[in-house]
Amino acid sequence: MDVLYFAWVRERVGLPREEVTTSARTVADLVEELKAREERYAVAFSDLSALRVAVDQKLTDFDASLDGAREVAFFPPMTGG
Amino acid sequence: MRVVVQQPPFDLGQEAAAFAAGRSDMGAIVTFTGVVRDLPGDPMEAMEIEHYPGMTQAALTEIAQQAMARFSLGDALVIHRYGRLVPGEMIMMVATAARHRKDAFEAAEFLMDYLKSRAPFWKREISANGEQWVAARSEDEAALNRW
Repeated sequence: MDVLYFAWVRERVGLPREEVTTSARTVADLVEELKAREERYAVAFSDLSALRVAVDQKLTDFDASLDGAREVAFFPPMTGG
Repeated sequence: MRVVVQQPPFDLGQEAAAFAAGRSDMGAIVTFTGVVRDLPGDPMEAMEIEHYPGMTQAALTEIAQQAMARFSLGDALVIHRYGRLVPGEMIMMVATAARHRKDAFEAAEFLMDYLKSRAPFWKREISANGEQWVAARSEDEAALNRW
């Protein structure tokens, strides 16, 4: 699936998007997989309360299932308006 | 209902006039415009607004649809820019049309509260002292609870 990063999450991970092959069942599982990969992911995902997630472009939470998901995006709380 | 996500500036007067035109059934038109504000004591060079291209249009449309469903509105308009803006530039606008002003005002506030915290935009301030991401404020999240 495609994993996207925005704002300071993108800066900490060091790239805007990547393709990830995973068997993670939930967003939280995917986060754990990413954190175990490299220090930069561990840093980016160190405080989940400071992060938001969208699965297939819909806001959701870290317990959300990844069953059938094609795109997961991680970003800080939004600052529109 | 119209939702626009764009990089270039928009003409507030023209948009407001076009929005209001021909709606003799609507007694109230409210517009709100967000402007890049300079930082006190630390002049800002620019504000950069990042967004999530695949999601932004759909998220704004959903917010506007919620406003249409919740308030007695004849029409709603949302324009939101992204990219590099300088102080004084308009970032976004909403306009609402209703038979009476209460719905128009409340719907505009509803739209703004949701755009602040539920539309995938991230602002970055660039000044002589450096660059920083604008942090979301807990008051903005709390503002959603009143709806």
